[in-house]
Amino acid sequence: MKIAACIKRVPDTEMRFGIAGDGKSLDPAGLKYDISDFDGYAVEVGLRLVEKAGSGDVTVISLGPDGVQETLRKAISMGAERGVQLKSDAIPFDSLAIARALAAELKDGGYDLILFGRQATDSANGAVGVMTAHLLGLPCVSAISQLDIADGRGTARRELEGVSEVVEFPLPAVLTIDEGIARPRLPSLKGIMAAKKKPLDARPAQLGAERLGVVKLELPPERAAGRIVGEGPDAVPELVRLLKTEAKVL
Amino acid sequence: MADVFAFAESRAGELRSVAFEAVGAARQAADASGGGSVTALLMGAPGAASHAAELGRVGADVVVVVEHPAFARYNPESYAETAATRIRDGGFRAAFFSASAEGRDLAPRVAAALDAGLASDVTSVSVEADAIVVRHPVFTGKAIATLRLAGSPAIITLRPGALTPVDAQKTPRIETAAPASDPGASRVVVKELVTRGAATVDLAEARTIVAGGRGLRAAENFSLVEELAAAFGDAAVGATRAVTDDGWRPATDQIGQTGRVVSPVLYVAVGISGAIQHLAGMRTARTIVAINRDKDAPIFKLADYGIVGDLFEIVPRLTEEVRKAKGTG
Repeated sequence: MKIAACIKRVPDTEMRFGIAGDGKSLDPAGLKYDISDFDGYAVEVGLRLVEKAGSGDVTVISLGPDGVQETLRKAISMGAERGVQLKSDAIPFDSLAIARALAAELKDGGYDLILFGRQATDSANGAVGVMTAHLLGLPCVSAISQLDIADGRGTARRELEGVSEVVEFPLPAVLTIDEGIARPRLPSLKGIMAAKKKPLDARPAQLGAERLGVVKLELPPERAAGRIVGEGPDAVPELVRLLKTEAKVL
Repeated sequence: MADVFAFAESRAGELRSVAFEAVGAARQAADASGGGSVTALLMGAPGAASHAAELGRVGADVVVVVEHPAFARYNPESYAETAATRIRDGGFRAAFFSASAEGRDLAPRVAAALDAGLASDVTSVSVEADAIVVRHPVFTGKAIATLRLAGSPAIITLRPGALTPVDAQKTPRIETAAPASDPGASRVVVKELVTRGAATVDLAEARTIVAGGRGLRAAENFSLVEELAAAFGDAAVGATRAVTDDGWRPATDQIGQTGRVVSPVLYVAVGISGAIQHLAGMRTARTIVAINRDKDAPIFKLADYGIVGDLFEIVPRLTEEVRKAKGTG
């Protein structure tokens, strides 16, 4: 089982952050970075499939400036075999521009499965995986929450609004991973030591044309300060009155 | 003047509300560009055409109906090929899809097939001379990006519920067409649709959401949350990550950074302290109510109305009062 997992380095959005002076990017001061949440699941799914198959390995690929090497090392210390950096001064906002660079890297790789997170936590476009599949001419199932692979075919489950789809597809294929499928393992000390000896290649990203760009980035308006209606069950009638007459939601 | 395309999503033979949102957005974009025509594409099993005329209400001038027995369920490859062919041949300035589960899968396929720019999950759209400018929540809703989408066609997916269609009262011309590729040849096949659990109202479409956190102390106490949701009549049940991690609720109920992002009219947070990871998923709710024992819990900073105290006393009382108010008792 030869697997590629495409991962993105993103700012840790659990932290507080501000907008930079250009009005269209994050203030870099104090920002920390990590692997995008769903991409961590993609790496975990890949590692589990290799373990189950008893052969093969996971290659992790990340596009961006040299900082992505740190993210690739983290995925390698989880158990991936090698990393590839597609060098680019910045990570474009345009999904198709990124997908073209990834497709160029992946097309002759001979991968059985190419895995992505469902969407990045920063740009939240959720399109690069599906676009990359199209450019490679491979079948694609997006936002999967369950996966079984057997005899060169896969069965996946996708969560829609209120219902789930059970989807079948042949390998090789591209999958994008939703939460709930496999919580990512933490790098082990052994993994961290071993990762230092594993290969990490870097080559220029062959980005496609960019048609989508950020004009402005702003923080959402602050919510007006709320109020405590009261304490204990005796406050309930007043709450219901406010919901009816003031908020008008009842 | 520019003609605009919209994909009218249906499921099980019925148009979904997001179909009207996509057609309505296309109408507004066409009008903003000086008045072009709006073409909607409706794909489904035989019989889908019976709903085509309904799309006139929100401004469709033409509805192209593509029926096939295989389209009783979503067929990603044939849908994408058919939509891409229509958009290419029609010379449309823009194409609108919903950022629903189906639209998020379909639109990137279409954009890649057309070598077109895609803006995802947008909450507002304005048409300018040489570009379409959209707003899109980023960093799990903690910032809003204004994006410029150049080139034609521009592909856009709309956040469900973000744009309200305007009544246009048109009588569309209905055309029928064949799929652009054989649905039977698709490699990706949806074998079945599985209904999840007993929940009838989905988080994405619910007007009211009642969500529970660790404060409920045990899985079985979620019955309090379910009863309150039932009292509202139209409410869905959500949960925090701590709760879904512990297996009290399925992962699909999780609201937050790594779960669902929701914007209901009313959000009731029960026993939820308000971790940033959770707030990222519900901060755009119109009215937020919080019930928590700890008066310093961060959720109270976001909530419009809070009650401090023991949820095991407060929630049953609230359920009773809501039943009275709604007549659901």
